[in-house]
This record gives sequence, structure tokens and C-alpha cells, in this order.
Amino acid sequence: MTDERKTIGSAGKAGRGNRQTSPSAAARALAGGSAVKKPVAKAKPSAGSTPAPKTKQPVAEPAAKKTAKPSARKSAAKTAATAPPAQPKPRLRAVTDEDAAAAAAAAAEEAAKRTRTAGSAPLSAGIPLDDIVVALIQAAQRVLGTDWEARVATLLATIRKRMSGDYEVDEFGFDPQITEVLTAAIEPLAEKWFRLEVRGIENIPAEGGALLVANHSGTVPIDGLITGYAVKKYSGRNLRPLGADLVFSLPFVGQVARKVGATLACTEDAERLLTTGELAGVWPEGFKGIGKPFAERYKLQRFGRGGFVSSAMRAQVPIVPVSIVGAEEIYPLVGNVPSLARLLGLPYLPITPFFPLLGPLGMIPLPSKWIIEFGEPIRTDAYDPESADDPMLLFNVTDQVRETIQQTLYGLLVDRGNAFF
Amino acid sequence: MARSVLVTGVAGSFASLFARRLADLGEGAGIGKVVGIDTMLPPGDLGGVKFVRADIRTPVVGKVIAVEDVDTVVHLDVNPPKRGRAGGAKELNVIGTMQLLAACQRSATVKKFILGSSTAVYGSSPRDPAMFTESLLARDGVRSGFPKDIVEVESYVRGFARRRPEVLITTLRAAQILHPSIDTPLATYFSSPVLPAVMGFDPRLQFTDLRDAFAVLEQSIVKDRPGTFNIAGDGVVLLSQAARRLGRPVIPLPPIGFATAARRVLRAAGSDIPPDLHRLLTYGRVVDTSALRDIFGYELTRSSMDTFDEFRESLRPGIMSAVGGRA
Repeated sequence: MTDERKTIGSAGKAGRGNRQTSPSAAARALAGGSAVKKPVAKAKPSAGSTPAPKTKQPVAEPAAKKTAKPSARKSAAKTAATAPPAQPKPRLRAVTDEDAAAAAAAAAEEAAKRTRTAGSAPLSAGIPLDDIVVALIQAAQRVLGTDWEARVATLLATIRKRMSGDYEVDEFGFDPQITEVLTAAIEPLAEKWFRLEVRGIENIPAEGGALLVANHSGTVPIDGLITGYAVKKYSGRNLRPLGADLVFSLPFVGQVARKVGATLACTEDAERLLTTGELAGVWPEGFKGIGKPFAERYKLQRFGRGGFVSSAMRAQVPIVPVSIVGAEEIYPLVGNVPSLARLLGLPYLPITPFFPLLGPLGMIPLPSKWIIEFGEPIRTDAYDPESADDPMLLFNVTDQVRETIQQTLYGLLVDRGNAFF
Repeated sequence: MARSVLVTGVAGSFASLFARRLADLGEGAGIGKVVGIDTMLPPGDLGGVKFVRADIRTPVVGKVIAVEDVDTVVHLDVNPPKRGRAGGAKELNVIGTMQLLAACQRSATVKKFILGSSTAVYGSSPRDPAMFTESLLARDGVRSGFPKDIVEVESYVRGFARRRPEVLITTLRAAQILHPSIDTPLATYFSSPVLPAVMGFDPRLQFTDLRDAFAVLEQSIVKDRPGTFNIAGDGVVLLSQAARRLGRPVIPLPPIGFATAARRVLRAAGSDIPPDLHRLLTYGRVVDTSALRDIFGYELTRSSMDTFDEFRESLRPGIMSAVGGRA
């Protein structure tokens, strides 16, 4: 709109004209005073909503409309977004329906007023502003419930507390608020993309310590993430995963891992978690499990040195075998570059059918179907804590856990049928 | 019998305050005489402390022990280096401890040796357990700087314990004290207008309250509490959380070359970063203080967060506090 008000020839050098709307000095001289008409003709499109009569610039009018529209919409959205939350912020009181309605009406009116003053552009023709505001409020009500204003207020208060550092983490760095947000963020991945099915959730004790022992697969330890999600979603408890030291030496990864409750897989941390009644999760196969070739899928690797059994025995908590089906297919590992991996300090450098080939697109996990089964707990309180030093017993119990998971995996594979459909 | 206590390093802010406090306790607590020793004059008034200007790196310290009839040695002259005297700190920490222990070994009067150590002895690495107990060692070893000094100092003290088994030895490993009047590396760091942090890492930090540190040291002098004990406020404070509470902006810097880059940034902001903070600011460190509670018998009065908040109130609010909305 502004370019139409420009004085003649202001776009280029003095007297040069801008070739489209303002003729050059030479052109004006040739035309002999006809240039004076131009501003009058140009004022028309911005003056009224009626279609402008055919002038020399038919291009200018739609452009003016186009610029007017988004600005009006934006201001409407802005008033709808800012005005209602601003009200409950100073004093957190119960918000009644009348309040909500009054606020909605006020917001609508204000929005309308603003857009009316925003420009003389034709608005009433295309954009029903009041309807948009009402729709926005209804959407907020539908998404957040009828007490949406209170919800928004709580959300803002939470964000404010986070910003001022007013929250607590435990000694491990576990941050329950962040975990809750991340759990909600993973939900679509788990439920829609992987079509997760959870079985035997009742085998997770409602309270007290327990050690979840799971198979590990999938090149990238997404199975740990999904298991944590499943435990949180279906049993309501927080899973405290025990991870390799590599996790904690990687920037960003280690930071997030600590915040969602992970800690280093060592006997001290495992026993500390289990004796304080937490739900710890281990993947004893470690890198041998996630980094195994696709051809060896669902064949369990060696279960570490059985350290997890001794930790559970010392803490006298049950071991829950967890069988995860589906993680093997997300990134089928068909190759490995050991020399480059060693150079980068990684346990392996995966090549999947898509990964280096399609670049970042190859990092999207394949949508396999997942089943996680929590098996019947294996009790360790029958043994006394001192027997945690008996290697023969440890090997026996380790083997028992491993066999249980392997057998369950075969069963689940049959149940699942096709990996993707 | 009233004790005669020798406190080393009284020119330091913590040791001078502690020595003075000890002298104020006086006969009522069974403390007859407090002798302070250092190469420099203490910054403030030492009150009832008898100050001896001497270098613990020389055999003079043996004479001081003999003349003053010292029966309790509180070795607080093990300090992280400051910028500019990094080479001298090692000399003072390690050689000073060796000389002091040699003097104590000769002395017939010394009955008790208390070492003011630091949790830096555990190092900082991604292979650390979530919490260090007193029996654990640094996982990745300690390579250089103050952590290496303190490991050496502790090993000398253990050697001394083997040679003089009748001397009671208390090793107190304290997390860094946060207090406006105490000069510690983290206190200096948090006083900077901007906080350089290692990109992608959010270390868990712990702090010791000054009063708790004083009380534990006093009790280990007055009572007999041999052993090694961690001291740190309960709970943890994340670096990001600390920065938000201070209202100071965090400047993320890449892990490689962090020390140099952080120094540049802080120099530009008119401040400086103490050396040896790099690994602590990357991986953090948390210690278990259950031994202090159960064996030593001292209940810590302030958590790490309380300590940090008290310290924060002594600072000017940072430029980001308007955003955080914290007064």
C-alpha cells in the first residue's frame, strides 16, 4: 500500500521514474501534464470495498488485499491469544463460565475494533473475525477442557517457575516435569508410529523397588525410551534407566538422559536406586545387543557379567523380565564401519539400508509394530543378600532371566505376524 | 587439658575466619590456644589467634609445633590455585603438606591431624556414579591441577596415618563453600555477569554452607572422629537452574577449548574464570553424606539449594532476572 503513495519517481534517481507506476520525467514531458491524474486513480482501490475500476495497474489491487488480510488475521489471533490469559494471571481465582464468556466477548470486540482501525482495507467481505475469535475460544475449550483459562494460568505459572529456576531435581538429576513433557511428546511416536502394544503391565509392582531387565536392539537405543514411556503411561511409575557411560559423555544426550532419570549402569547407582524403592531398568546386552546385525535379530547376546542380578539380590527386589519386539526392525543394521567408529570413539558406526544413503531422511525409524511384554517377576528375596557374591548362583539366575526373555520373544514374534503391517 | 590447635593457611579467607572462631570458642570448648601460620599476613583481624609468619614448606613448622606445644593440627592450606599463581599452588599444596606431615611425625605432642580436603578428589567424568561415597576413587583418574594435588595430599596423609597409627586423622572432603566472604572458585564463577557453560551439558553441583563447614571442623577438633567424611549440602543444583535463579545469561561454549573460550568471554565481561573448573562444569559431581550423618554424627543444617540461595541474595540480581520474574 505504501508504494502507491510514493511521490512520482521516488523509487529511482530523481526524474527517472520506476517504470511501472510512475513514469519518468521524460515520459511526463511527453504526456504533457497527464501524470497528475495518477494519484487520484491510485487512491481508489484503498478507499472502498467495491472492485476498483479498470485502471492501468490491475496488479496493484490484489496485492493490496493480500497484504491487508494476513495483518488483520494476525492481529485477531494476537488479541485472542494474549487477551484471555492476561486476565487470570495477576490473581489466580476460580474462573466461572460467565467470566469466560465475558472475556470471550470482550476479546472478540477488541479484536474487531483493532482490525477495523488496522487499515481501511476491505475486511468485512472476506474475513468473519468474530467467528474466528469464537472458534479459537471454542478450540481452546475443546483442547484444554472447560476450565481452559485456569489451565492456561497454571501452565504460565509453571513456565514462570521454570524460568526462574524454581524447581527441584533429585541427586541423580531426575526432573519429573521435563519427564512428563517428554512422555507426552513420545506418545505419538509410540502409539501411532510404532503401534505399541503393552502386555503384563500388572507385573510391575505398584510400589517398592524392582529391576526391569530387557533385551536391547535397534541400533539406536529407542527401545529404552519407549519402555520408559510404556511404564510411565500404563503403570504411572517412573522408570530409572541405567545407561552406558557413553550416554553421559555425549553432549545433549547425556543431559537429557539425566533429566529423564537415567544414571550410569554401575553397582553403586543400581543399588542406590533399588534400595530407595525405585524402578530401575537395565539392558544387560549393552552395545552387543543394539549393535548386532539385522540377520541376528531377536537372538539374545550374552547378558553382561550378571551384575544386575547381584544388585537386585543385595537390594532384595524382584527382577521383571521385559521382552521388546519391534525395536529390531526400526534401523536394520546391515553394515558397520569399525575403523571409523573407533576413530570417533563409538562402539559401532551403523549402516542401514537408508542411513548414509538418504542422509537425515534415513534417520527416521521404520514403522515396525511393537509389543512390550512385562513378564512375571523373578523373586530374589528367597536368597540372602550375601549370596550375591556366589558366582554360580548369579550365572544361574542370569540364565533364567535370559531364557525367559528369549522364549517370550519367540512367542511374541509369532503373535505379531508381519513386522510392519 | 585444653587443646593447643595449629591452623595452617590462615591468610586464606576460610581458614582465617575459622581460626578466629575457634579462638573465640576458647576454654569453654576445651580450646586453650590457637596458633595460625601462613606466609602472608591475614587480610582481617585474627582476634585471639596467635599468628606466626612462617612457611610450612620449611622445617620451621616443626619448631612452631614444638614451641607452641601443638596437639591438634588443622591443615587448611590446601587451596585451589588462583589465576596467576597456578604453579605456586601445587608447590604450596603438596610440598607444604609433606613438610607439615614430616614435622608432625617427629613431634611427640601431636595427637590429632585434621585435613581440610575437597570433593575434587573424586574428579569429574562421565563414568562417575551418581553419588560418591568415601570409599570410591576418581573413575577416570585425575590428570592435572588441583584435583591431582588433593589426591597426592590425601595419599601423604594416609602414609602418615600408617607411620603414626596413634594419631587420630580426620579427612573432611567438602564441596565448595558458597559464601560472600569466602573465596572459592565457584563463588568467583557465579559472581560473573555472564556464565559460560559447556554446550550440551548440565552439571549437577553441590555446595557447602559456611556454618556447616565450621561446625563439622569444630566437632572434629573437640570430639574424636577419625575417618574420612564428605561434606556437602543435601540435594543438587543444576548449573542451568543456578543460572536462572541468579538471572544471569548462560553462554554455551563448545566442550573442546572450553577453558580458553570461557576465559576470553569472561575477560571481555570484566571478570575471570578460575582454573580447573572445566571438568566440574562439564560433568558435575555429587557426594553421599550419609557417613557424616551416621558415623560422624552431624546433621547438615542447609541443603545445597539453601546455600546457593543465601549466596544469591548477596549478589546483585543478574540482567535476566526481569525475564525470570525473580525479585
